[in-house]
Amino acid sequence: MLLTLTDHGLFCAAGDFFIDPWRPVGRAVITHAHADHARVGSSAYLCAAPGAGVLRLRAGAAAPIETQPYGSRTTINGVTVSFHPAGHILGSAQVRVAHGGEVWVVSGDYKTDPDPTCASFEPVTCDTFITEATFGLPIYRWPPQAEVFKTIDDWWRANQRAGRASVLFAYALGKAQRVLAGIDASIGPLFVHGAVDRLNDAYRAAGVSLPDCVYVGDAPEDVDWSQALIVAPPSAQGTPWLRRFGDQSAAFASGWMRVRGRRRRRAVDRGFVLSDHVDWPGLLSAIAASGAQRVLVTHGYTATVVRYLREKGLDAYELATPYADEPGEEDDTIA
Amino acid sequence: MKRFTDLYQALDNTNRTNEKIAAMRAYFDDAPPADAAWAVYFLSGRRPKRLLSALLLRRWAAEVAGIPEWLQEESYHAVGDSAEAAALLLPPANAASERPLHEWVTEGIVPLRELDEAGQRAAVVEAWGRLDDAQRYLFNKLITGGFRVGVSQRLLTRALAESAALPDTLIAHRLMGAWEPTPEFYEMLTHPERQAEEVAGRPYPFFLAYPLEAAPETLGDVAEWQVEWKWDGIRAQLIRRDGEIFLWSRGEELVTERYPEVVEAAAALPDCVLDGELLAWDFDADRPQPFAALQQRIGRKNLTRKTLAGTPVILLAYDLLEWAGEDWRARPLVERRAQLETALAAAAGSWLRLSAVVEAATWADLASLRETSRERGVEGFMIKRRTSPYRVGRKRGDWWKWKIDPFSVDAVLIYAQRGSGRRAGLYTDYTFALWTGEPGDPARELVPFAKAYSGLTDAEIREVDRFVRTHTTERFGPVRSVTPQLVMEIAFEAIQASNRHKSGVAVRFPRILRLRDDKSIEEADTLDHLKSLID
Repeated sequence: MLLTLTDHGLFCAAGDFFIDPWRPVGRAVITHAHADHARVGSSAYLCAAPGAGVLRLRAGAAAPIETQPYGSRTTINGVTVSFHPAGHILGSAQVRVAHGGEVWVVSGDYKTDPDPTCASFEPVTCDTFITEATFGLPIYRWPPQAEVFKTIDDWWRANQRAGRASVLFAYALGKAQRVLAGIDASIGPLFVHGAVDRLNDAYRAAGVSLPDCVYVGDAPEDVDWSQALIVAPPSAQGTPWLRRFGDQSAAFASGWMRVRGRRRRRAVDRGFVLSDHVDWPGLLSAIAASGAQRVLVTHGYTATVVRYLREKGLDAYELATPYADEPGEEDDTIA
Repeated sequence: MKRFTDLYQALDNTNRTNEKIAAMRAYFDDAPPADAAWAVYFLSGRRPKRLLSALLLRRWAAEVAGIPEWLQEESYHAVGDSAEAAALLLPPANAASERPLHEWVTEGIVPLRELDEAGQRAAVVEAWGRLDDAQRYLFNKLITGGFRVGVSQRLLTRALAESAALPDTLIAHRLMGAWEPTPEFYEMLTHPERQAEEVAGRPYPFFLAYPLEAAPETLGDVAEWQVEWKWDGIRAQLIRRDGEIFLWSRGEELVTERYPEVVEAAAALPDCVLDGELLAWDFDADRPQPFAALQQRIGRKNLTRKTLAGTPVILLAYDLLEWAGEDWRARPLVERRAQLETALAAAAGSWLRLSAVVEAATWADLASLRETSRERGVEGFMIKRRTSPYRVGRKRGDWWKWKIDPFSVDAVLIYAQRGSGRRAGLYTDYTFALWTGEPGDPARELVPFAKAYSGLTDAEIREVDRFVRTHTTERFGPVRSVTPQLVMEIAFEAIQASNRHKSGVAVRFPRILRLRDDKSIEEADTLDHLKSLID
């Protein structure tokens, strides 16, 4: 086996490196900079070039980070490693590992829908494909993005007419930038929470075009919040930080919003179905496009996806991780 | 259907009361009476008789989408709602229907009942093909009869009242009882002149009490209050008008035929409307039988001599709402009570009785009397302001229920299942167990005794959900068994021996009082302890 699971994470013995280890290791190859994939404390990091800035924010100023452009190959202890766009967030990559005539692709998190804030998912052929299964149920099928953004715009305009601020909760890394790039910025002023602001800087530094938005802390005293759209991380929900906006409508952008019960549980006025993870049709098409004979399924509805793939004649297995075997509430924020 | 779908979405997209009322008002201002009547019907929680099973609906959707049965089931458990799961499983819609709501209901939904399964399937699949995603969801909700959108009867009443420029109380009254969702009904409902409520059998809206959470002394002078026992039966309204008798349950169900002994006794009443409680009565002990006995009469229309003899039902009357054709609800309770006593004097007997007033000089005296509730088979006290009118719905201030504390035991979580609605996908439905022996008994086991769903905060639910996911020992379908580790305090109202339960007992209305993180499973209670509570 080219890659095996240890108590530190996914390990390539031949190359002596880990992919997205969940504890500090000697060499960590990183698919993307979300906290559950990029953890602090490893001695060396390797990631796709566009992701260096956001990984730096996560891993710390002193972390030794090396980068590599999408598509170019390097060799680690005789094992060929390359990064290919995963379409999840800025710099997210599928990691292709080739050694002794065997090719594995670790997809990390990915989506097949286009996203103006990051490079689009590119299928990579391989023998073994490791896929996520966060939304691995057929009920999860994303509506066309243009419709979703139009719904967000309409909600914002309606709030303006009602004299109410529009507060949109979106995960600070990836989702927030995708929202900002997708909405109609001419509707009104845009403000962001501090957590979003510093990631916006990293995105702009990497050349991603985002509309002008003001850090809430820098807002003028007499600002009319009722006309504004404020983008904040989900952790800001229910905190005193929101009081400054006065009368407000709250919304949440996530794939989980596809299910009404989840939306109501969030206790927001609106839920917008917008995910940086692959939906059911995308999952099946990505697996087919990989041409893999064997599929390992991790994170999310793993048992369900494995059973489905086996019924379709694929050699599929669950890849056990410290995460539960189906998504729980804690996953809401990063989906 | 489009206008109604928009209304549904407007209601679903806000938690603000005023916006919900405004959305409904805008709908009623605009919709033709034929549609509006059906909207009132559905929004007030009425539903057509069961048309088809929710499972079939999901199956058909999965078949249309080419999804295997087991995956359909998995999907359903993640959604927690059959109608929604079916809508989400269907392939993307490419049409939207402009057909009005009443046509959809009368031509597309009600006739489903006449069809066999294959015919139903064909009709439903054909309908899906004509509807967009939101309409499909709503259509599915309407045909499976599970329509809820966070609109209370009170909000609906207010919206209708605003739209018709009529008092809330009049609309509330006109909405009571049995009616057909016709354009004529809607015209009558919103008609400016008082007429609609004069239908012979139409009940008045019930006045409901709030639980008393503060000390009773906060209510002031005990002399200002009328105190009665709180009966554990079915709230009912008995209507005696123009030689006819109607008996309505609180769920606005006409139950006249189910309690012939009460109806027979009521024939001796002068024209009046009474509020009271139906109870299965133990004539030997002169006290109520347990609620479980009454349950044998609920829903049963064909009554045998044996049932009537074994579980006779009486009505204990405690209020009078109408006398000789005149609405007495605005008069003070003391006056209504005096008239009630007069009315019953004519008809009182075994089956129609007066609910006694409890006399006590002080709140302290009442508190000690309340301690005798269990042996009397009652739930505590009702406390009613002597000057109070008979109001509409649940209103704070004049009527209070002062219930006895529930029973409680410490039990161990052993199984969990995912919830529905806003708990969709979360493990929120739990089975709890108690020990078969005392601590130190090496042979003792945990035996399930109750299921409970409610009582935890959202944060606690998430904590338990995480626990379930990470401590699963076995899965059978949607149910997971978990490592016995969590102890919770479970409250319940009553307890009875039962040979249908493995534990040998059945408890009434079990719910979670609190997580007992401070207790190990060794400290959980025993079945013997539970059984010792049986009176």
